[in-house]
Amino acid sequence: MDELWHAFVKAIHLIVSLDPEVMDAARISLTIAAISCSITALLCLPLGSLIHFRRFPGKRLLTSAIQTLFSLPTVSIGLLVFVIFSRAGPLGGLGIFLTPTAMVLGQIILISPVMLGLIISALSGVDKAVSETATSLGASRFQASLITIREARFAIMAAVIMGFGRAFAEVGVANMVGGNFAGYTRTITTDMMLQTQMGNTELAMALGIILILIALIINVVLNRLQQR
Amino acid sequence: MSLIEATNLGQKYDGRHVLKDIDLRINKGEVFALIGPTGAGKTTLLRLLDLLDAPASGRIFFDGVDVTRSGRHRLEARRRMSYVQQKPAVFSMNVYGNVACGLKWRHEKKEVIRHKVDSVLEMVGMADYKNRDAKTLSGGETQRVAIARALVTEPEVLLLDEPTANLDPVSVSRIEDVLEKIIAEQKTTLIMATHDMPQGQRLAGKIGVLINGQLLQVGSPNDVFCSPQSKEVAEFVGVENILAGVIVEKDDDLTVISINGNTIQAISDCAIGQKVYAFARPEDITFALAKEAGSARNVFEGSISKMIAVGPLARIELDCGFPLLGVLTTRSAQELQLTIGRHVYASFKATAVHVIKRRG
Repeated sequence: MDELWHAFVKAIHLIVSLDPEVMDAARISLTIAAISCSITALLCLPLGSLIHFRRFPGKRLLTSAIQTLFSLPTVSIGLLVFVIFSRAGPLGGLGIFLTPTAMVLGQIILISPVMLGLIISALSGVDKAVSETATSLGASRFQASLITIREARFAIMAAVIMGFGRAFAEVGVANMVGGNFAGYTRTITTDMMLQTQMGNTELAMALGIILILIALIINVVLNRLQQR
Repeated sequence: MSLIEATNLGQKYDGRHVLKDIDLRINKGEVFALIGPTGAGKTTLLRLLDLLDAPASGRIFFDGVDVTRSGRHRLEARRRMSYVQQKPAVFSMNVYGNVACGLKWRHEKKEVIRHKVDSVLEMVGMADYKNRDAKTLSGGETQRVAIARALVTEPEVLLLDEPTANLDPVSVSRIEDVLEKIIAEQKTTLIMATHDMPQGQRLAGKIGVLINGQLLQVGSPNDVFCSPQSKEVAEFVGVENILAGVIVEKDDDLTVISINGNTIQAISDCAIGQKVYAFARPEDITFALAKEAGSARNVFEGSISKMIAVGPLARIELDCGFPLLGVLTTRSAQELQLTIGRHVYASFKATAVHVIKRRG
């Protein structure tokens, strides 16, 4: 219990003193998660809409496959990106291995199934009458789809928040393809892992508390935006 | 040329026919009411006419153009129509935004949209609600917003599915006022599905009776209500005296029909020996305590077997060898001191009887 209390005090101290190492890790965590989440959202919204609004054979199977990928282990994604982008990998020539770009790519692969599945589910939750009403009022297929997306905006926002949370809190991809270089690819989670391995349990726990606090602040802000 | 024409239109759901061989022509400016019991296929037909669904068989022509399948033609035709569903879905935005949607989708200018939305909200009596969240409106208000949303695009055809179902009498009256205004002022072609027969009769110039997916009769309200062409239509439009008989005598059009040993006189062109149904509306039956010398050719003595008060009216069932149902005001029933078991005379004119041929 004492250890937890000391960790909490340390966390407060690190925040208040704007500890440069912790601030760097937080900045990198937030930046990489925000970039990967934005790119994934930009890819998944049109793709999810396409899957939801179009009729094609194997649609159910595809949806089930996407849902299955929800629980994909982060180390598996890390391994996949490692194999592809490491020096000896097929795309090793791109030279992005052990860079934030590789971490972003890995996080995109990691959170895409979750965001895509939740977007499809959000669109399916909108009453069919909305799209039919729009169509009957003269909306084209595209315009009717847009109004359905608008009706599902809160659930879509929740999908994006969920994706951001998963990206921000993951450690497998960041560690395997980022390399954990301080000030460059070291995130809060990889720093936590490092501190634990070095026996600095208190510092690792403090970082954990900072991670939870940042996630909490982001969720509160996004929820406020939703309510508007 | 008809504005909307449907030929051999059919629809199937899960292999079950819900509409069969519908032939229908609706002219420009016509007010057409589609009446029929719940589940008859009225909504299915409206959805086909609004080109929301593709028919399983048959063709639909809009202003002479076949719009049954082509996507481009369907969107063009649909933009000349508006459809108000039975339970309209409102979008999660304010009333103004809901009503403006159709115009935005047609890329109208902002000032035009503002002007049109304001005037249509005024017309339906919802001007004060324009900033209200549409999801917070009552059933009647939602229906008026849905009608405003449909009208704002100035459609040539307005399709309404049960526009007053499940609404309180005040809301019903407000919506009917709006519809009467549209009919009188805008000359919009109106196609309305309703199970409220008096509403269809009040608003429409032409009525179609849809029963079990088949359009059994199309005609003026008078034709449909006074001269039904089948037993099913007669039953639906409230002709409660449906008497099966055979023509036994004929003198020009004056025909004598034998019904369970009794005879009634009617005007018909059916030949002697023809099996027929004779229809008499309860409103055409008059009751008296003594046999009166009058112009009615059909007079029957009998005892009252049932009396039911329905609002200001009393429904009287007389056993006169066959059951005969009539209605009169409660006050008249009290004045005549009508009670169950009392012997009375019921009379009706030969012209009040509508006769159709009976198969089998």
